[in-house]
Amino acid sequence: MRISPRDLVSQALVLLALALGFWWLTRMAALNLADRNLNFGFEFLGARAGFDMPFKLVPFTPNSSYGWALFVCFLNTLLAAGLGIVVATILGLGLGIMRLADNWLVRNTALAIVEVIRNTPQLLQIIFWYVAVLQALPPPRAGLQLPGGAILSVRGLNLPSLNFGPHALPAALVLAVALVLAPWLWRRGRRRVTLRAAACALPVASLALVAMSVTSIEFPALRGFNYTGGFVVPPELLAVVAGLSLYTSVFIAEIFRGSIEGVAKGQKEAASSLGLTKMQSLFLVVLPQALRLMIPQVTSQYLNLTKSTSLGAAVAYPELVQIFAGTVLNQSGRAIESMLLVMGIFLGINLLTSAFMNWYNRRVAIVER
Amino acid sequence: MTAAGWIKRNLFATWWSSILTLLMVALFGIVIPPLLQWAITNATISGTTRSACTDTGACWTFIKVRLDLFFYGLYPSPERWRVHAAFLLLIVSTVLTLKAPMRYQALAGLTLLVLVPVTAGVLLVGGVLGLPYVPTNAWGGLMLNVLLTVVAGVGGFILGIVLALGRRSRLPVVRWVSVCYIELWRGVPLLTVLFMAMLLVPLFMPRGVTVDNLVRAMLALTLFTGAYMAEIVRGGLQAIPRGQVEAATALGLRPWKVQLFIVLPQALRLVIPGVANTIIDLFKDTTLVSIVGLFDLLGVVNQAQKDQAWLGMAREGYAFAAAVFFLSCLLMSMLSRMAEQQGPDKAKHRA
Repeated sequence: MRISPRDLVSQALVLLALALGFWWLTRMAALNLADRNLNFGFEFLGARAGFDMPFKLVPFTPNSSYGWALFVCFLNTLLAAGLGIVVATILGLGLGIMRLADNWLVRNTALAIVEVIRNTPQLLQIIFWYVAVLQALPPPRAGLQLPGGAILSVRGLNLPSLNFGPHALPAALVLAVALVLAPWLWRRGRRRVTLRAAACALPVASLALVAMSVTSIEFPALRGFNYTGGFVVPPELLAVVAGLSLYTSVFIAEIFRGSIEGVAKGQKEAASSLGLTKMQSLFLVVLPQALRLMIPQVTSQYLNLTKSTSLGAAVAYPELVQIFAGTVLNQSGRAIESMLLVMGIFLGINLLTSAFMNWYNRRVAIVER
Repeated sequence: MTAAGWIKRNLFATWWSSILTLLMVALFGIVIPPLLQWAITNATISGTTRSACTDTGACWTFIKVRLDLFFYGLYPSPERWRVHAAFLLLIVSTVLTLKAPMRYQALAGLTLLVLVPVTAGVLLVGGVLGLPYVPTNAWGGLMLNVLLTVVAGVGGFILGIVLALGRRSRLPVVRWVSVCYIELWRGVPLLTVLFMAMLLVPLFMPRGVTVDNLVRAMLALTLFTGAYMAEIVRGGLQAIPRGQVEAATALGLRPWKVQLFIVLPQALRLVIPGVANTIIDLFKDTTLVSIVGLFDLLGVVNQAQKDQAWLGMAREGYAFAAAVFFLSCLLMSMLSRMAEQQGPDKAKHRA
């Protein structure tokens, strides 16, 4: 390819402008940091945090380091995102099926739900759940008893927790192996029933193994003004998950509907003329093709949901933004470093997922002949 | 079709469908009456104090006495005509641009992009031409959401066009800079961008230079929206057949003229739905500024429901805000559908 001198010059100019801009920013930042007696660096991650995390999955005390705090709130972000994704998918599929119903009332109820939820801000929904619903719940002494020993009160959702015996870890490993092995066996066993039976039995048996390693179940009990025992899901997390998953579910519902309707009509007609029943045509012809249309769009919704966990900062859920762009930044004054860490982590999640999806899409793409 | 026939076909076609219909009706029977009771039958709207309200229904009095606050924040009431004038100007010029004959549309669009923001800015800020100065920290409520949407929408659209063209440039440096910019902003949450604008902009400014909080939020929203707009516009650019570029080049047009007069006008018409969706998302996302200390509609409601004299009004406040956003977004998507169908040579194009 020919490269004209003009092209070279204009590209050099772009690079020069970028370099100048970068130089200006670093220079200003250096001056401003010097004014405040700060320097740039990540050593502060080793320093004592000095604050406590209201909700954590792994041990954390004020004596832990900032670096450990980063990991703890990263886990909290992942937890909110993971729960949100599961709930959003279930609700979204439900709403999507309702949107496709032949029944006019069912179809339009779903439409009304979709329109109301997607036309109101996500942040408003999270705050609404937190302030107007969860904080209006009864106090612990009058908590709502839910089936299975769970209790819902203004302090959050108290779940019974399981105490595991010494065999829990090996049992969990067996379960993990079984879960990996089962789909593979299922695919291998296209013609052999025994393999398919094994594919079904393996996860069930290993799950039973895990269940047997449980030594006791601890139920939440009221002591004084609060509950002890069991696992506490704080109202902040409930609000974030409720807000995020409801909001995302309506988009998933629309994607589901669009993908099913996007499968060419001829495919369904061909299936029924080959003598397939309605269910066979749905599961063997329509869904496999619709899934290929769905997956990239749904992944982008999952990514949006993950990014939106940052809205947890509005209800003080201790996730990345709340802790690092809030508490840590205010305490240490490390504004540039904290923001770089938070944005870098989100960017990393995003780029990794996109890379994985590109690979996956190439793998499942229908090869047109 | 008779009514009975319609009902039979759409609600009671099969036994399964009949069960669903009955279930839905039962569900409505459980949910709707208490809701109506709360929102309408038992609700209060008279009076000006908390004592006018009952415990069983909604207290719309709370909304009534704060309506001005919810719409304008602390913008002084004798000056509010300026807010109205600015938005009226915006609406009139948008309609004129869309309705203008094809040959004037570019001119009208340019006016919309340059003249209107300047005039509106002067109107809102004041301090010149005998208009009293209104500091931006007095701006608030829904007015702030609309303002941020307009600024970031227009700014982001222009930025998006530049980035989309950059991403398709034949110069690798330009292409890579555009790609990096777009992917970077699309990979991080808007809230972190807002935090960055609030916390880091002062660090990157020369000594003694301060940037207004509202301007920082506008900057963050614009840069963020630009990345999303770029992807939308790129979709439109890709849809223009190569023959258009080749024909224009064969006619002797220079490359920038090919883009400006042949490709862009066609591409931009194609992306109206996408742009409208982005603007609706942007409008909803402007509520995020309430987290970084600006008082948009959501921020004002957050503040108002903490008022000691009006405790327990959270539901009313958030229901009101939700209704305002819902109606605005619905209106916007209807307008975009109209604009989409209105394209001047749509019929010719399709034929």
